[in-house]
Amino acid sequence: MTWVNSIVHGIFLGGVYALLAAGLSLMFGVMRIINLAHGSLALVGAYAAYVFVEHTGLSAYAAIPPVVLGMFVVGYLLQRTMLERSLRAGVLVPLLTTFGLLVIIGNLLERIFSPDPKSLNPGVLGTTTWQITGTLSISPFEVLELGVAVLVLGVLQLYLTRTRMGRELRATSEDPDTAELVGIDSRAVYARAAAIAVGTAALAGIFFGMRSSFDPSSGPTELIYAFEAVVIGGLGSLWGTLVGGIVLGVAQTIGAQIDPQYFDLAGHLVFLVVLLVRAAIESGAIGSTRGVTA
Amino acid sequence: MLLEVQALEARHGLLQAVRDVSLKVAEGETLALVGANGAGKTTLLRTIAGGHRAAAGRVLFDGTDVTRSSAHKRVRMGIALVPEGRHLFPRLTVDENLRVAGGNGRKGPWSLDAVYAAFPNLEPLRRHRAGTLSGGEQQATAIGRALMTNPRLLLVDEASLGLSPVAVDGVYRSLQTVIESGATIILVEQDLRRAMKVATRISCMLEGRIVLEGTPSELTREAVVDAYFGLREAGTSQATA
Repeated sequence: MTWVNSIVHGIFLGGVYALLAAGLSLMFGVMRIINLAHGSLALVGAYAAYVFVEHTGLSAYAAIPPVVLGMFVVGYLLQRTMLERSLRAGVLVPLLTTFGLLVIIGNLLERIFSPDPKSLNPGVLGTTTWQITGTLSISPFEVLELGVAVLVLGVLQLYLTRTRMGRELRATSEDPDTAELVGIDSRAVYARAAAIAVGTAALAGIFFGMRSSFDPSSGPTELIYAFEAVVIGGLGSLWGTLVGGIVLGVAQTIGAQIDPQYFDLAGHLVFLVVLLVRAAIESGAIGSTRGVTA
Repeated sequence: MLLEVQALEARHGLLQAVRDVSLKVAEGETLALVGANGAGKTTLLRTIAGGHRAAAGRVLFDGTDVTRSSAHKRVRMGIALVPEGRHLFPRLTVDENLRVAGGNGRKGPWSLDAVYAAFPNLEPLRRHRAGTLSGGEQQATAIGRALMTNPRLLLVDEASLGLSPVAVDGVYRSLQTVIESGATIILVEQDLRRAMKVATRISCMLEGRIVLEGTPSELTREAVVDAYFGLREAGTSQATA
């Protein structure tokens, strides 16, 4: 029965991975930018929440609205000032730019906060447990986390399919030149996509910070989880990303069940298998993965 | 003048696609641009629409210099391009393709309902992805999409390319509706017969320049054909080789 326990916790963990991965997938789908600083920006969200809690004495949950809103603005400005310029220089430059950002963020965080691990307190929600069966117990915090992840992905899905801005975003992701010719300001669309990506990353970063401690070097680890979730779930689909996150989460918790050391390894192995299978399928098939579909 | 192009030059790298082109289009005119493949017609249209950067010269729209304006700003001012090869958003539905353009342009008579009234064959396909449509249906959607921005100047690039004769008839029937609504149009067309039928004026391009201009009544088919192939100096109707 401990297996059921691992699987259930893996599913909850997968929700946060999906939340983290959604922005990475969105930025790649729309701007063709692989944002290597995505995990670091999530980490900035966690540190911002930490500062908020230290200064106000409020709970970490209260930090979510201001931090996510602030990171929205950060994402918008990041695109407008830095990524937009680097996009004009070709495909490779944004990759290098975001890599530079990753390094700078890691070093800045270390200077400001020292390399010591920090954590965010999930409060009474994290310490309470609900005993479902003899061996299966879950915490309300996990339920909340998965609930928020599904809610955010659902809202994002509605935004993409039902709103004018969402339509513009999908059109731009399919064909940016033609989008301009039908009156869409592609740079504004890009900035909005970056705002959403960084905002949701910060939210995921806060949840990670409530789950376990974090330090200035956690950014790349979070990036790898996000990246694996995207690849497992398939690019361009939000629900695919949720599935990818859950598969990754379950693989990790099952791995950890076998031996705590296998947590990361099991996730990487599943990622590798999916990648190989995908490569085998794609080498025989035509069609592109370009575009964001709902 | 609604559109005035002055000494326009446009390049693709080292290749100069448009050389010193000047032209004027008045409100309500239908100008047909004819010429062989590679004569620079598509680049000229794209430069007017803002999809391609001008290397020199100016584009004036209703008296305003738009040479440096981005494409989406020109759409807002009333220039719309139906690009060669249609370039629909294949994974968006017909409805979404139309709506994504609507609201970005000007206020005017064209709305979702008006487009479906003008292209009745699209109505049952509203929820279909644009990528699944036939060539003629895609062309109709592309024209409808441009109309959704309520353009004052509609640029149509190769409306009949790759379509069956029946589909071309359909496209031209709907274009005729647009023309009758008083729109100003620049039409790139390979089919001389059709161009001479719908246009109020014809310009023939050769190697990036405009080499012949006139109304369909002034120009003979032969004169246009000679200009088309660059045989103008060689004589008139004898030059059939």
